[in-house]
Amino acid sequence: MATEKKTAAHHEPLFHIAKRDQMVWWKAWIIRAAAILLALVVSGVIITLLTGLNPLNVYGEMIKGNFSNNRVFWMLLQKTSVLLCNSLGVTLAFKMKFWNCGGEGQVLAGCIAAAACMIYMGDSAPNWVIIVSSLITSMLAGALWGGIPAIFKAQYNTNETLFTLMMNYVAIHLVKVLQVLWENPKNSGNVGTINRASQAGWLPKLFGMQYLITVLIVAALCVLVYVYLKKSKHGYEINVVGESQNTARYIGINVKKVIIRTMLVSGAVCGLAGFLLVNGSSAPTVGPNTAGGQGFTAMLVAWMAKFSPFAMVLASALIIFLQQGSVAIATKFGLHRSLADIVTGVILFFIIGCEFFIQYEIKFRHKKGGVQE
Amino acid sequence: MKKILALTLAVLMMFSLVACGGESTEDEFKIGFIMLHDENSTYDLNFINAAKEVKQKLGLSDDQVVIVTGIPEEGDDCYNKACELAEAGCDIVFADSFGHEDNMILAAKEYPDVEFCHATGTKAHTENLPNFHNAFASIYEGRYLAGIAAGMKLNQMITDGKITADKAKIGYVGAKPYAEVKSGMTSFYLGARSVCPSATIDVKYTDSWYDYDLEKEYADQMIKDGCVLISQHADSMGAPDACEAAGVPNVSYNGSTAAACPNTFLISSRINWAPYYEFIIDCVKNDKTIPADWTGTLQTGSVELSALGTACAPGTAEAIEAAKQKIINGELEVFATSTWTKGGQVMTTYMADVDSDAAFTGDTEVIKDGAFLESEYRSAPYFDIDIDGVTTK
Repeated sequence: MATEKKTAAHHEPLFHIAKRDQMVWWKAWIIRAAAILLALVVSGVIITLLTGLNPLNVYGEMIKGNFSNNRVFWMLLQKTSVLLCNSLGVTLAFKMKFWNCGGEGQVLAGCIAAAACMIYMGDSAPNWVIIVSSLITSMLAGALWGGIPAIFKAQYNTNETLFTLMMNYVAIHLVKVLQVLWENPKNSGNVGTINRASQAGWLPKLFGMQYLITVLIVAALCVLVYVYLKKSKHGYEINVVGESQNTARYIGINVKKVIIRTMLVSGAVCGLAGFLLVNGSSAPTVGPNTAGGQGFTAMLVAWMAKFSPFAMVLASALIIFLQQGSVAIATKFGLHRSLADIVTGVILFFIIGCEFFIQYEIKFRHKKGGVQE
Repeated sequence: MKKILALTLAVLMMFSLVACGGESTEDEFKIGFIMLHDENSTYDLNFINAAKEVKQKLGLSDDQVVIVTGIPEEGDDCYNKACELAEAGCDIVFADSFGHEDNMILAAKEYPDVEFCHATGTKAHTENLPNFHNAFASIYEGRYLAGIAAGMKLNQMITDGKITADKAKIGYVGAKPYAEVKSGMTSFYLGARSVCPSATIDVKYTDSWYDYDLEKEYADQMIKDGCVLISQHADSMGAPDACEAAGVPNVSYNGSTAAACPNTFLISSRINWAPYYEFIIDCVKNDKTIPADWTGTLQTGSVELSALGTACAPGTAEAIEAAKQKIINGELEVFATSTWTKGGQVMTTYMADVDSDAAFTGDTEVIKDGAFLESEYRSAPYFDIDIDGVTTK
């Protein structure tokens, strides 16, 4: 009897996890809302315990830090746009299950190309020529940075995760070399603001708004990537290659070609983010931190949004909101930036964690189950 | 579609929340500080502490003193933050890092009614903007005095028989081979050599202003290479920590590290920014003009030495005090050309790159009457000569 009980208990644990069927959209959003609320409560407790501040004031300040005036709001839009651009770039590869961890390097390659055009053409070419050259070369540079690992993956089946990661460091060190070449003033190791006096190659204001062009470009890109992935033949091929390369081969898809082509596009889109970061900046410059880890944050955004271009708008806006908010609360309350990072971490943890409960359900052992028998 | 609706609603709600909390705009004085890192960087901590000190001294409220930390040099964050502070009613916007300069100039052009003050910058005297200013201090004088403490320690090691005179090698962890670093390093070395003539110095540059691991690693390497004393011009605790672990005396910068390194700390020099902050606040409040360049000195209280560490050799305090008085009354020039050579020759002329023009060529004769006149033609240092005795590794 006793042994039977044991085996029965062993066979049916306290709870088990089962994959859910597709959840109704509103239920999923209730779970997400609950997760955010819970995250705010937990962060609130942490804030109060550590600093004695009223968490509502802290959250209020985070909101103010993003919406209290035109400037911070436009910065939110601009930074969200660039991060989104970057996320769209890596998503193209992710859809193919090609783990492009080289977003950072591809952005930097774009930055280098864009900055080079501004520096070398600054005195001689008309503004629009510099801008168009920057745009094209930055996308080409990003494509090159993404294309190299893709060719090796396609030809020799190298590990794309490592390869793309390594390409990041190559780009970072390339920037460091160029910093010495382009430094201003001498020996400072800083490039400084490029064409500060002439503003040659700077993206112009549109209707008096500094970052509007950036926002419009990325908005269009977002729609474009959606259509490309969902409606085009290329998008279909990417999906099939991602699901099963054998199937792809069986139905006559040239897998190597798809891998290389997709990574060229993925890199080019990341390179475009580099163009936006340099030419689209209010103070264009280039340095190893110009991308500032965005290439990696973009991976987080892509996963949070489950590779849906429109959900990525939300995800990247959330990340930038939290980042700007954290600067605001650190300033307002004289808090250490780490506290803001903790709050950001807690919120992201809950938001990502709640997806688990949307995908899966936890089934508890029925009390009157096999154990008693 | 419904997702988009939900998002729109959420954004609208946020806007309405913000709309309620409108801030009252007063005419009271306000100053904003933009810092590169936070308190974990000894460099920024020095600026932050001075800001807090002045705030307390002048009885300014929390709303009147805004300190923003973690604003990078690259990109346009500094520009946007400076504009934001100007829009928020700041009368003065101050930035603490060299790389902030171009961003500050852009903001200064946009807000002509606000004073933009920038520490360590080089462009104010050529930019000709009435509301953009540079500031620095004659920290080479402080470095020189700190160097005396190092020299005394080397002498003590020689007399105690721990090293021979020809082994009196100092290691120096520098951030970048930039004039600010070279000027500080050279004055420190000249101070050490003024009491220990056989001293030499090895320099290693990390190419970063703040890199704890690399600074520590370089300090360790130089200790292995036979350096018996370490100093640094880089902003982390890397070198002091390495020294404490290895039991090697350390001369630190930006403030005392005695608490973390009780056994090896000798002395630290730092720029006290409080006098400059007070000066610009006074200027703005009383409608006085802020000069394009301002150089703090020992006399203004801008160049400070910490209390001596317990590891210092006996007689250090007296030797430093004597030299300090000589500097103050003009008897001692830190960069007197009789005390150093380049390629075995005493230098009688040097064209320094004082004006930051596109060519980056020497434009100003800076050796006059037997001394290199540091911080005379602009506040930021321009001494960038590798003198004999200095080895760059």
